[in-house]
Amino acid sequence: MFEAIAFYLFAFLTIAMFFIAVTTSQALYALTSLAAGMIFISAFFFILGADFLGAVQIVVYSGAVMALYAFGMMFFDTTRDVKEKNGNKYIVVGLSVVSAILVVAIFSAPLVSENITALYPMVEGAGNTQEVGLVLFTKYLVPFEVAAVMLLVAMIAGIVLAGKDMDLSLTLLDDNEIEEIKNKQMKKVL
Amino acid sequence: MDTAYLIETIIKVVVVLLIFSALAGIGTYFERKILAFMQRRLGPMNVGPYGLLQVAADGIKLFTKEDIIPTNVVGRIFKIAPVITAATAFMAAAAIPFLPQFELFGYTVHPIISDVNIGILYILGIMGVGLYGPLLGGMASANKFSLLSAARSAAVFISYEVVTGLSILAPIMMVGSLSLIDFNEYQAGGFGDWIVWSQPVAFILFWIAAFAETGRTPFHLVANDHEIIDGFGTEYSGMRWGLFFIGEYANMFFISFVIPLLFLGGYGDGSFLGALGLLGKMAFFFFFFLWTRAAWPDVRPDQLMWLCWKVLMPIAVVNIVITGLVMMF
Repeated sequence: MFEAIAFYLFAFLTIAMFFIAVTTSQALYALTSLAAGMIFISAFFFILGADFLGAVQIVVYSGAVMALYAFGMMFFDTTRDVKEKNGNKYIVVGLSVVSAILVVAIFSAPLVSENITALYPMVEGAGNTQEVGLVLFTKYLVPFEVAAVMLLVAMIAGIVLAGKDMDLSLTLLDDNEIEEIKNKQMKKVL
Repeated sequence: MDTAYLIETIIKVVVVLLIFSALAGIGTYFERKILAFMQRRLGPMNVGPYGLLQVAADGIKLFTKEDIIPTNVVGRIFKIAPVITAATAFMAAAAIPFLPQFELFGYTVHPIISDVNIGILYILGIMGVGLYGPLLGGMASANKFSLLSAARSAAVFISYEVVTGLSILAPIMMVGSLSLIDFNEYQAGGFGDWIVWSQPVAFILFWIAAFAETGRTPFHLVANDHEIIDGFGTEYSGMRWGLFFIGEYANMFFISFVIPLLFLGGYGDGSFLGALGLLGKMAFFFFFFLWTRAAWPDVRPDQLMWLCWKVLMPIAVVNIVITGLVMMF
């Protein structure tokens, strides 16, 4: 019974939060409800006994949404409403309803035909952290490593793009040196 | 789920909430006294014996002060931000074993609210969510200094979450579990079994990151003291500001429990002496937070980033690689 109560409570909360994230025109409301929704989703993992994925959901998404906040801070005055440019409302509503129905159909089709078997059933005696590790490093080893390499590439690219003059700290320079740098930049512009 | 378990859990939750919100208040008294002694002052002396009732006086002041919501702020976010800080601090406590299990009137009590088998990950995740409080408070405040403070808190969060995670990875590899109880069992053999002896680097890194996690002095950038105003808390008054305070101090207490549990043997074999030992270690780490505040200046944000990304993170990664190699061969 507790499971059912928890499930419906968090299902309602998650949907409500994401609904706010989509409909509000206040950037802070949208970001905060997005973060809250992401954290409420972790409740489903905990209900299903996948504690590790639940905690990872919290850790990863709280960090990811934090980065979104940083962008929000840079791009708008977050205490004001954002003026949205609304195109054709019917197209927006129609497309979102159709795609929602499609997603539900895709995921409920195997449920209806009762055609679900666990490809990697639980190993007796292994905790759920170990389970994740087992599947990740046997069946999904190649995708896992490819993803790791791609992230490494992205990181190196980021460092190269942002890393010019990274050792230069304006607070540590004296006035003459700053003046010199300024002159150099002026020359470049001219 | 049987009723006894439910009642037991509710009682434990209430006890933890009451003890630690009271401790957060008394923590401010300790902080003022210790800072005062280190600076050759007396600290609070007038209210009660040795100023002990100062906590009550502060509490009455905070509770009865007018709750001001300035114009132009984003009302709901402004109101909810302090609640996030305080609530997440206490949520993190759910996976911390405060004492070894003991018998009370023939009933075995486990002084941990929920022994999830990913305890340490859960605690760090929830503590990370706690930084949303300062961030949201600063961004919703419609005040430039608050906004700057929010930007700093986002920077600190994004950097130090990496160091915390990487530094505890090496001990986790040794123990092979994420549960704090398992960490304690691993070190139950006594003084020589403490993880700090085999993982001194991870211990130092985690300790440094704990200061960033709680926003204490060398990394007190979230509410930059040099601006004289209180960073994200500038526009807050009354109990909402008090909630930020309770959250910060509760976080300090909880992280002071987590460090000994991870690295310094926790409550050991579970005897009465072991329990006292855990409380003693907790007290030392809490004291160390205050000691640092008296002894060290704040670092600049760019120094903090430099320290995190160019010093601590490489050390943490090297530490993991070496641990892995040693375990393999």
